[in-house]
Amino acid sequence: MSIDQSHGHPGSDVATTSEGGLPERFENPGLEPHRHRMADVDPKAAKRAERQVAALFGLSTLGTILFVVAYYAVSIEGDSWAEIARQLRISTTLLGIGLALATFGVGAGAVHWAKTLMPDEERIELRHPMRGTDEDRDAALDILREGSAEAGIGRRPLIRNSLLGALVPLTVGPAIVLLRDTGPLPGNDLSTTFWKQGLALVHDPITDPEGLGRKIKPEDLTIGSVVHVLPEGIQAEEVEHPLDEIAKAAVLLIRLNPDDLDEVSRAGAYEGIVAYSKICTHMGCPVALYEQQTHHLLCPCHQSTFDLKQNCKVIFGPAKRPLPQLAITVDDAGYLVAKSPFTEAAGPSFWERG
Amino acid sequence: MSTTTTAKAAGNLGNWADERVGASKGVKFLARKIFPDHWSFMLGEVALYSFIILLLTGVFLTFFYIPSVGHTVYTGSYEQLAGQTVSEAYASSLSLSFDVRGGLLMRQIHHWSALIFVASIVTHMFRVFFTGAFRKPREINWVIGSVLALLAIVEGFAGYSLPDDLLSGTGLRIASSIILAIPVVGSYISFFLFGGQFPGEEFIPRLYTIHVLLLPGIFLALITAHLILLIVQKHTQYPGPGRTNENVVGYPLFPVYMAKAGGFFFIVFGITALMGALFTINPIWAYGAYHPSPVTAGSQPDWYMGWLDGAVRLTPGFLEFQVLGFTVSGNILLPALIIPGLVTMPMILYPWIEQWATGDKREHHLLDRPRNVPTRTGLGVMAITFYLLLLVSGGNDIIATHLRLSINDITNSLRLLVFVVPPLAYVVTKRICLGLQRKDREKVLHGRETGVIYRTEEGEFFEVHEPLDEHDRWLLVQHDSFRPLDPAPTEDERGVKRPGARFDKVKAKLSSFYFEDRIEPVTPAELEAAHHEHHGGHEAVEGSDEAERPALAGH
Repeated sequence: MSIDQSHGHPGSDVATTSEGGLPERFENPGLEPHRHRMADVDPKAAKRAERQVAALFGLSTLGTILFVVAYYAVSIEGDSWAEIARQLRISTTLLGIGLALATFGVGAGAVHWAKTLMPDEERIELRHPMRGTDEDRDAALDILREGSAEAGIGRRPLIRNSLLGALVPLTVGPAIVLLRDTGPLPGNDLSTTFWKQGLALVHDPITDPEGLGRKIKPEDLTIGSVVHVLPEGIQAEEVEHPLDEIAKAAVLLIRLNPDDLDEVSRAGAYEGIVAYSKICTHMGCPVALYEQQTHHLLCPCHQSTFDLKQNCKVIFGPAKRPLPQLAITVDDAGYLVAKSPFTEAAGPSFWERG
Repeated sequence: MSTTTTAKAAGNLGNWADERVGASKGVKFLARKIFPDHWSFMLGEVALYSFIILLLTGVFLTFFYIPSVGHTVYTGSYEQLAGQTVSEAYASSLSLSFDVRGGLLMRQIHHWSALIFVASIVTHMFRVFFTGAFRKPREINWVIGSVLALLAIVEGFAGYSLPDDLLSGTGLRIASSIILAIPVVGSYISFFLFGGQFPGEEFIPRLYTIHVLLLPGIFLALITAHLILLIVQKHTQYPGPGRTNENVVGYPLFPVYMAKAGGFFFIVFGITALMGALFTINPIWAYGAYHPSPVTAGSQPDWYMGWLDGAVRLTPGFLEFQVLGFTVSGNILLPALIIPGLVTMPMILYPWIEQWATGDKREHHLLDRPRNVPTRTGLGVMAITFYLLLLVSGGNDIIATHLRLSINDITNSLRLLVFVVPPLAYVVTKRICLGLQRKDREKVLHGRETGVIYRTEEGEFFEVHEPLDEHDRWLLVQHDSFRPLDPAPTEDERGVKRPGARFDKVKAKLSSFYFEDRIEPVTPAELEAAHHEHHGGHEAVEGSDEAERPALAGH
């Protein structure tokens, strides 16, 4: 497409051609003639509008009364949750409708007042360019020059430089130093978990309240069943931050047909029972959805999908690394225990993870 | 009180204020300031008013909320959780909902108005963007507004994370993983923020300080600056008869806008209160307390975070790699940090980007009709389309379960669509804008269709077109039509390479990208020629550089 140079300046909007003495552009015709509203010409309409405004304000008063009455009249106590929930619903609805009427009435009344009864003839105010006049700018420059000369900031570089030398460290130094104690250094914390060799696998009391934190025997598990598991003692009193530990150590225990497992995972399995970290290697959500037919684990947060038959390799989604396997065996009493701790960091990736 | 005593009391009060703070000068400067009228100017007002509603309801909530993850045994009204050990934050959020009269209402109004706050900021930005209100001299206010929009998203996220319920705790887990993914310093930043490992015990109290003190303080300061600039620069107005770049046409602040805008605050409050009364939002009791072991399927963040979650869901895992024994989580960095940066930087810098293309240094107080700036409008729609596709991606699991589709197919399709559809949306929007401009020209040149069909004696049919009056016509012909900038010569007259020549070349390229396709407004000469054509039967005078238009039968 060619640029039609005859028709205007580049970057400008003003057409240069003019034919037959006509102006190059249309001229602004000015404001349209004002149209009066009903209330401007008919006193009856004005009176009606006045009454409407008053009615809306009155509605607001009623709303406030409803609010106050509902606050005291509707109790939110009860003997059962069902009763409390019913009372709560009534209370919240009445209070809310009262508040809505109280505020909406004032608002609608004021707007209606402005639109029907206050003058609606458009007024014109002139704009002035943001830029000061040349005199203003010169005067301002003079003031700044004079002030700088008085302060002598240009003549005394020692003062200027030492002030900079004071202000820059002041704004940066203390703020950074003070933040140091907001937390400990990571150290090895992200790479280790609560699991130790010989530690028993117990039912996770949160996701499996019936399990009561009991230890697990291989025969408790049928093929295809899945158990949420924690290391024994993780919620004992002496553990300082049990949630921090659970966030790294939660494990899923699943029993498969041993033939479905590959070589690597069979090494860490016990009679087809495998334990994998439940913490997604992507962003740390619990990988809690197990598809029994396909032996896939799905993370509900971002749908990373891990294949149990391939040692929890990622087969779909944004995760990269497989879920780490926890090697398990049974102790002398026949309970499932960890054969060794995790051999790599469980949970989401981080720089030092390697 | 009779009118005279009222007037006297008012006079005394005015005198008192004037002698102490010079109130008369303020009244003189402000009370009769003219503001233009248009429904789209209310979007920014909604944002301001929902901020006030947030402050009011938020203060109420702080009276009952306990910002601590210390353990407590829940003993409140909600039977299902009785006797469970939960955090004080969660227990107090439940108790302020169930054991405090009006507490649930206040919490729901607070949450609804947070959603309205972000939504109104975003739509206000659309209005400002598509009408070119960000142009000189309002670039600073565009930047302030952009920062406010970003902070509003952070503030909303901080707010819904405070109840320490299962859903929001999962959100924090994801936030901590994003921080962990930052190369070199990620683990350190995460440990400092959380006071150790996730979830730790420090983060909720710290988030609380940020949510109720730090960010609201910054909001107040920035909103004040935003409004001062609005008053100093006066409001923009839509083009129309009588409206020029040198005037403001509208109604005075006192009394009209005091009543209208003040009243509108109460209307917004009323509607939000009704939503809080009737629609349950964020039922934290149903989610349960946060614990790192369980998770709910179908977890969704609030809508303004959804697009980032969607970007995370679409990014394939192979972007994570090892280098020199360190892990770089490209699969997290790209969607969670790089894409937001790539989206927000051009947004903040947009006023200057367009200035390079137009080379226009004038002040602009008259708004553009979006159709008259097809490239800008197309870019805006492209950005919105990109955002919407990511938002849809954030709900890929919901779509899969509701429509019984494969989540893998949905995700794979969206991976493709985010690259294909936005450019398509740009092209389609631009074409629609150009089409609308042609329609405007058509209307000016040949008048509006009346629907009255005549048959001539020869049996020929034609429709009567009624010419526009000058007021109606003005809206269609008033706008500027930019032409591409000429690239300035790269060498001066002595053949020496000019400094800045390369940047000028970029600007010229940008300019032709913006203004290569354009339709010019009808000139008086063209209208005159069109009149002749109707009487003389000549062909229409084509004033634009764009494609031909069929000439319609005339009056």
